[in-house]
Parts: sequence; C-alpha cells; structure tokens
Amino acid sequence: MTHAALSPDPLPGDAEARRRLRALLEEGLPLSPRPWQALGERCGLSEDEAMACVRRWQAEGLIKRLGLVVRHRRLGIRANAMVVWDVPDARVAEVGRRLAREIAVTLCYRRPRRPPDWPYNLFCMIHGTRRERVLAQLDEIVARLGLADLDHRVLFSERAYRQCGGRYAPEAAS
Amino acid sequence: MSRPDTDHDLDALDRRLLDGYQRSLPLCARPYARVAERLGLDEAEVIARLERLQALGVIGRVGPVFDHARAGASLLAAVAVPPAERDAWAERVNRAPGVNHNYARDHHYNLWFVMTAPDEGCLAARLDALEAELGRPLLRLPMQEGYHIDLAFPIPWFELEAS
Repeated sequence: MTHAALSPDPLPGDAEARRRLRALLEEGLPLSPRPWQALGERCGLSEDEAMACVRRWQAEGLIKRLGLVVRHRRLGIRANAMVVWDVPDARVAEVGRRLAREIAVTLCYRRPRRPPDWPYNLFCMIHGTRRERVLAQLDEIVARLGLADLDHRVLFSERAYRQCGGRYAPEAAS
Repeated sequence: MSRPDTDHDLDALDRRLLDGYQRSLPLCARPYARVAERLGLDEAEVIARLERLQALGVIGRVGPVFDHARAGASLLAAVAVPPAERDAWAERVNRAPGVNHNYARDHHYNLWFVMTAPDEGCLAARLDALEAELGRPLLRLPMQEGYHIDLAFPIPWFELEAS
C-alpha cells in the first residue's frame, strides 16, 4: 500500500463529501464492523475513499491520533489541576519544554498575559485521582526542576459542565 | 440508579483496550476485527466492550482527534461569574455555538471554556457574541506555543486502585 504522504494524488471525493466526512468523524467512528463503509455511505464516498481521506489527514497532521478518547473524570481521575506560571519571557520556552517532559504533565502551553489581573504566561495540566496527590506531584516537580522562584497558582476544576471533542468542521454552506 | 463505579469494574481486557488504543487504532476496513485478533477476542466482543465503555462514559467516542491548530480555530477563555449562580451561567456558555470544554475552577475567573470555530474570523465573532450575551469581559488566552499537545496519557491504574 502506498503511503498517502508519498502520493501526489488529489484527495478522493469532492469537497462537500470531505466536509461531511470530517463533520461525521468529529462525532466518532461508528461501532460497527465496517465503520469506514458506514461513514462513506453517508458522505457519498466509498470505504476506500473514506480511509484514504483519513490517511491523508493523518499524514498532514490534521488528525493527530485515531483511537479511544478517554474521559478521565469517569475513570476516577477527577483531580484536574491547571497550573499557571508567571515565567520571564526569556525563560518560558525552556521551562515549558522541561515541564512537558514530566510524566504527570499532560498538556503545556504558552499563552499571553492579560495584565493587570492575569499575569500568567505558561499553563500546564496535571491529572490525578486526588488533589493531595496532584499537589504532591507538583511540589516534587517544582523542587526537582528548581522552579520555586516562579510565581504560580493551581486552579483545580470543581465541575465539568462540558467535556467533548472539538467541532471544527465548517458548517454546510446554505 | 446510582452511577456505576467505573473505577472498579474494568477488567484486564478493558484496560488493554484503554491503554493500547488511545493513539493507534488500525486504519483498515475492519479495525475492530484487527484489534480483536491482537487481544485474542472476536470482533463482536471488541465492539460490545467499546459500546459498554462508551455507555459508562469512560470513553467519549472512538475516532480521530483533530489538531485544533490545523483543524480550525480554538481559544481558551475564562469569565468571572457570580459563584452562587455559576451553574446557570455555565449553561449560558454551553448554549453558545462552538463551546467544547467548560469547567468550573477555583479562582475569581471561575468558568473556563474552550471555544472552537472553523476559522479565526468566526471564532472572534462567536466570542464577541458570547461576551455581549453574558455582559461580562472574557479573558481570551490563545495558545502561542505548545510544548506537549498529545492528550493521550497513561492511565495510573495503580493510583485508581489505591484510592
């Protein structure tokens, strides 16, 4: 099988069929024996064409993974800490990369400060079963990486009002 | 009926599914049959287990995770609302088109949500509309650089068992 990244072929189907496929994929892959065939039928694509689109989107990085989307809160991983840091701009990339390498850290982003009431420019997430455990992990990371001089705050989630996949596909024209 | 205690009724095969297939479900005509082969099950049992995990809410869906930086536009935003009326304000946020995560957090800015849209222009319009609807300023915090953007993560089974 030729890898899509090496193939100059145009994407299969027309733009409207691909838009519909993308919108359907945001809802998830059907749990039936031939999910690509089922999706393709709803978009006017064959099974092979539907898979070829996805293979291309993976190669292009539009799709970063294909698999089970775990909802951690239902699994019992309910302590979800957003840790925000005020890092001098000259250090933010270095600190961000070091935090991102920590196993406990699941996301790490630089974002703009919004003075006066939001001085924080680096965000990371730490998930765990209990707050004390998450805080202990954070303390350990702060000590080991030598980050005690950086002002930071921990914002635990108190409730999830919504937790679902993105809806990025453009809406149908008309 | 009380909510099932999902922490304790996932068996070894459920865990292998959750540990092994967050990132790389085979892209082929019969992906569940391929997974079944690797786990020594049959296709129908893999499908039944996935349906159960979905019904329990342990998985939201099976499918692709789009890279939001490429798939369209998205932005983390926060708003400070009266704590006593937080639930009602959260519902108003959820009604806005494009909101895909919405959490209460323990801070003056107590609602944190992600707004998504097909493109930057539409995103800004959605945020402006929501800000006008709420009558409160939104803290808009676009991602400037990602150091770690893969949401698949190892499930700490030992920690779940200890808790």
